[in-house]
Amino acid sequence: MKYEPVIGLEIHVELSTRSKMFCGCRVEFGGEPNTRTCPVCLAHPGALPVMNRQAIRYLTRIALALDCEIPGKSIFHRKNYFYPDLPKGYQISQYDQPFAIEGELHVGVEGEIFRVGIERVHQEEDTAKNIHAGESGRIAGSLYSLIDFNRSGTPLVEIVTKPEIHSPQAARAFLNKLKNTLLYLDVSDCNMEEGSLRCDANVSLKPVGAEELGVKTELKNMNSFKHLEKGLTQEIARQMALLEEGGKVVQQTVHFDVASGEISPLRSKEFAHDYRYFPEPDLVPLVASAEFVDEVRAEMPELPEARSRRYMETLGLPEYDAEVLTSSRNLADYYEESLGHYQDAKALSNWVMGELLGYLNATGQELSDLKVKPGQLAALLKMVDSGGINAKTGKEVFAEMCDTGKDPSAIVEAGGLAQISDQSELEALIDKAIADNPGQVEQYRGGKQQVVGFFVGQVMKATQGRANPQAVNELLRKKLSG
Amino acid sequence: MVSHDDVNYVAKLARLKVDSTELDRFAGQLSSILGHVDKISELDLADVTPTSHVIKLSNVFREDAPRPSVERDEALANGPDVERGAFKVPPILEA
Repeated sequence: MKYEPVIGLEIHVELSTRSKMFCGCRVEFGGEPNTRTCPVCLAHPGALPVMNRQAIRYLTRIALALDCEIPGKSIFHRKNYFYPDLPKGYQISQYDQPFAIEGELHVGVEGEIFRVGIERVHQEEDTAKNIHAGESGRIAGSLYSLIDFNRSGTPLVEIVTKPEIHSPQAARAFLNKLKNTLLYLDVSDCNMEEGSLRCDANVSLKPVGAEELGVKTELKNMNSFKHLEKGLTQEIARQMALLEEGGKVVQQTVHFDVASGEISPLRSKEFAHDYRYFPEPDLVPLVASAEFVDEVRAEMPELPEARSRRYMETLGLPEYDAEVLTSSRNLADYYEESLGHYQDAKALSNWVMGELLGYLNATGQELSDLKVKPGQLAALLKMVDSGGINAKTGKEVFAEMCDTGKDPSAIVEAGGLAQISDQSELEALIDKAIADNPGQVEQYRGGKQQVVGFFVGQVMKATQGRANPQAVNELLRKKLSG
Repeated sequence: MVSHDDVNYVAKLARLKVDSTELDRFAGQLSSILGHVDKISELDLADVTPTSHVIKLSNVFREDAPRPSVERDEALANGPDVERGAFKVPPILEA
């Protein structure tokens, strides 16, 4: 029988508010343990939570960007379970009346656009951080644990997709698109290494074409795009093998070990399924009025699709360029800042997509690490346009700018790289090349036009590539024919 | 009627230590509470909106402005065991 995978994702996003969800403690990453706590996020008796207005604005931005329906009223629930990272013994979350429902996100994978339905988007709070003492640093077999409540109470938004993703590649593409969208919205730094963006995946197999879903397993904390794709691939293979042997998939939470590539069942939290949800009596309902939603809509930043369309319509860029440049907010911002100093949108796009992205890919750097500032890139392109250096030298200068962060003019000057366009200087070099290579001159005059390339090469060699290629070409043809 | 097993289960979830001599008493009390809920269920409530909150208030917000946190020593003072500036707890999973 042929099976197809059915994947649903559950994504948690830490919002980049200045203070926590329900108290005034500062939100930051790391720092000395337990230096950002108070009676509310430590759950001292009698302490009461109060909603952070900015967090709800961010939540609304996310809901709007995902084309969700925002019911007028939502309420908070207590999700009860025992765990040392949860000081109250419950997490404040949302249950049967979430903030937003029924959204969608369109994702491109291998040239095709597909739609992923969004089940719900709701607000909750993050837990504390556990540090497990023991050789492995993992929870199993640890001697004891240390709890740091700095993260406790950080605003956390949960986004749940419908089970409408059908391959590990598509899951990765979805997460990538979602992350990019969240970065555009300016609501989270989405740093997966620091845990600001976390992803769990539900995965099951069903016979191709079947309506009913198979038994699912849950993969926890896929903390990078690569792990998500690999973990899903591995789990799908495991389930496939089980089913083909006539076995059954057991509903459970599984762990993907990145180092070994193995899937193993995770020990479940005792009675974890029984959360005894009930309405949070300490928080009043959250009512998203039409005015409030409109206000947030008005402050929404431009999203990738809109930006891409603008690049095509007002800058005249091809669709491919527009897609690549808007594939991350950082890159699009960098491009636009450069464009403020240099007007040729397409030439700039070529350099950004070719040289700049090429350098980042080759070195594994992030754009934020790049030493070349947008103004410096623009200055380099102006030098190329004005004939100060030729394009080939420009690329070499760019590479050096990436390594050193120096201004292009300084590099050109120090390296004596300025382009030679001076007529008499070039003529002297060309005369010498012609005198040294009578055989090739004969060939050219005998009708072998492409020999001109050989002479251009000679002149370039003599000038270490600094000769103005157009000028050399013109002069050569004149002299060779004459 | 709530059974002894039910009482033990709820006690376990709530991390409460319940003596076997108390099982009868708690089973009786819980049964009477559930019985009261059953009594309410006899009413036709199809048109009644569930009440999650009894006061007519919504959207009580605070501005996103950080306020000073408590001193770490003060925060840790109530913890029975402390190490390297953190609360120290026994192994989370039993071996």
